[in-house]
Amino acid sequence: MKGISFGQYYPSDSMLHRMDPRAKVVLAVLYIVCTFLCNNVLAFAALLLSALLLVCMSRIPLRLILRSIRPLLLIIALTSFINVFMTKGEQLLTPADWRIQIYAEGVWNAVFMVLRIMVLIIGTGIFLTYTTTPLALTDALELLLSPLKKIHVPVHDFAMMMSIALRFIPTLSEETEKIMNAQKARGANFTTGGLLQRAKALIPILIPLFVSAIGRAFELASAMECRCYHGDEGRTRMRVLKFQASDALAIVLVTLFGVGLFFLNRLGIGYTRIS
Amino acid sequence: MSESFIHTENLCFSYLDSEGKRESPALKGISVDIKKGEYVAVLGHNGSGKSTFAKLLNLILEPTGGRLVIDGTDLTEKELNDDLLLQLRRKVGMVFQNPDNQLVATIVEEDVAFGPENLGIPPAEIRIRVDEALEAVGMTRYAKHEPHRLSGGQKQRIAIAGIIAMMPQCIIFDESTAMLDPNGRKEVLDTIRMLNRDYGITVLNITHYMNEAALADRVLVINDGLLLLDGTPDEIFAQRDLLERVGLEVPQCADLIYRLRSLGVSLEGSAISTPEGCAAMIEAAYKKQQEGGKAHG
Repeated sequence: MKGISFGQYYPSDSMLHRMDPRAKVVLAVLYIVCTFLCNNVLAFAALLLSALLLVCMSRIPLRLILRSIRPLLLIIALTSFINVFMTKGEQLLTPADWRIQIYAEGVWNAVFMVLRIMVLIIGTGIFLTYTTTPLALTDALELLLSPLKKIHVPVHDFAMMMSIALRFIPTLSEETEKIMNAQKARGANFTTGGLLQRAKALIPILIPLFVSAIGRAFELASAMECRCYHGDEGRTRMRVLKFQASDALAIVLVTLFGVGLFFLNRLGIGYTRIS
Repeated sequence: MSESFIHTENLCFSYLDSEGKRESPALKGISVDIKKGEYVAVLGHNGSGKSTFAKLLNLILEPTGGRLVIDGTDLTEKELNDDLLLQLRRKVGMVFQNPDNQLVATIVEEDVAFGPENLGIPPAEIRIRVDEALEAVGMTRYAKHEPHRLSGGQKQRIAIAGIIAMMPQCIIFDESTAMLDPNGRKEVLDTIRMLNRDYGITVLNITHYMNEAALADRVLVINDGLLLLDGTPDEIFAQRDLLERVGLEVPQCADLIYRLRSLGVSLEGSAISTPEGCAAMIEAAYKKQQEGGKAHG
């Protein structure tokens, strides 16, 4: 458990890694919009191409990225299944007297849906989790959301909570392991029995874990007070984020890409998704 | 160096019980005067009130009675507002027992920067302070590491660096070595010694390890909420019987001298707090005996 690392950050020195995290958050949002703009074969082809380009630019092994899609395979399979069988269209693929009828539109819709989900995961992964450390991400979100402070949204507090949570995940997971071992040594059994029994077996782990987490929280609070923490009033940062011309350029490019997709949809070449 | 940094008179504190009433006092009146640049160890067994004492000096807890003066600011009868607390905590830093529970950030240098960031120091200066603090505790090469991958001693040194970066005049170590292995303990103790000697930082080391107390210039023994003894380690460890009565054991070397003396061996000197001092005393006595034997023969 000691080697556990959170987020999927992949250390490298690509252009995407060096980008301002704020720009990357904006880009991720823009890219998500782009995936939803696509409606026809041409637009999806362009989208897929852009995703491949991003993978190349980020210098992250493709294998690693494909692995991140694995947990979503079930959802992907389910949505494509529903799309294939439930979409009614004009072009019937199966013989008319079959009870199950599949239309060409359904197959297209399924393919589009799968592509959209995959590009969505790859895009956000590359802009956010793979190339940005959790810390930089928290910083970026805090800065981007800071206008909300004017309407009394405690943005700084949320960001602080988030970074403390990230800091304590490995500590608490190590502790969980210790508690589990201690309970195992006293004959606890976590691996056999029905679902209910296994869930019950977790109680002796969760209770000590919560008690110690609360104890830690108190100590951390005093330690933070001792280090003069008093919210974000008058607080400075060691690392100052610099928004560079290249960051602005990237945002412009992705926006243009979105506009391009919009026009590709209009061309009406190939199958256009019906909703 | 003789200027007083912490001055207490009859300092008292009692915790609130679950019904909001004051329990029997944890501190029953402590009067000490700690000078700038001193290295003071505070000894006491569990529940003696030594940690409460430390927390009062940093105003994590507010005294319920007595007088407390820190660096010329009399805090008695003063309303403790946020500005005043910040100003005080900037002067008096504190390192706690569990290194895991005082590190805030996921990257070492970010954690060290936390204190100065809170003080509102300009970014360029924070950078300099962080680099210097890491250098001082010998952790520069771990600047970009994740704290949870470091050893206990290393984590504690990062915690110390986080305090140094705030440039306090005094650092209180509240049993900061209690959770460390012998190597980690040595690392931290060497760092404490260095801070006191090279940076002139006033050090208060709250501990129940006698060998740690022996490293200090001055030892305070707290028992049952009262100041029992106050003196140099040599003076304190000479009072073996008294210490034993309050549940403290003197270092082994001091114990050896005590036992030899009670067997009737005449040993001169008083440097009983370090093994070297004790060895020298025994050596001197042995030589004297041999010379005496030669003179007879």
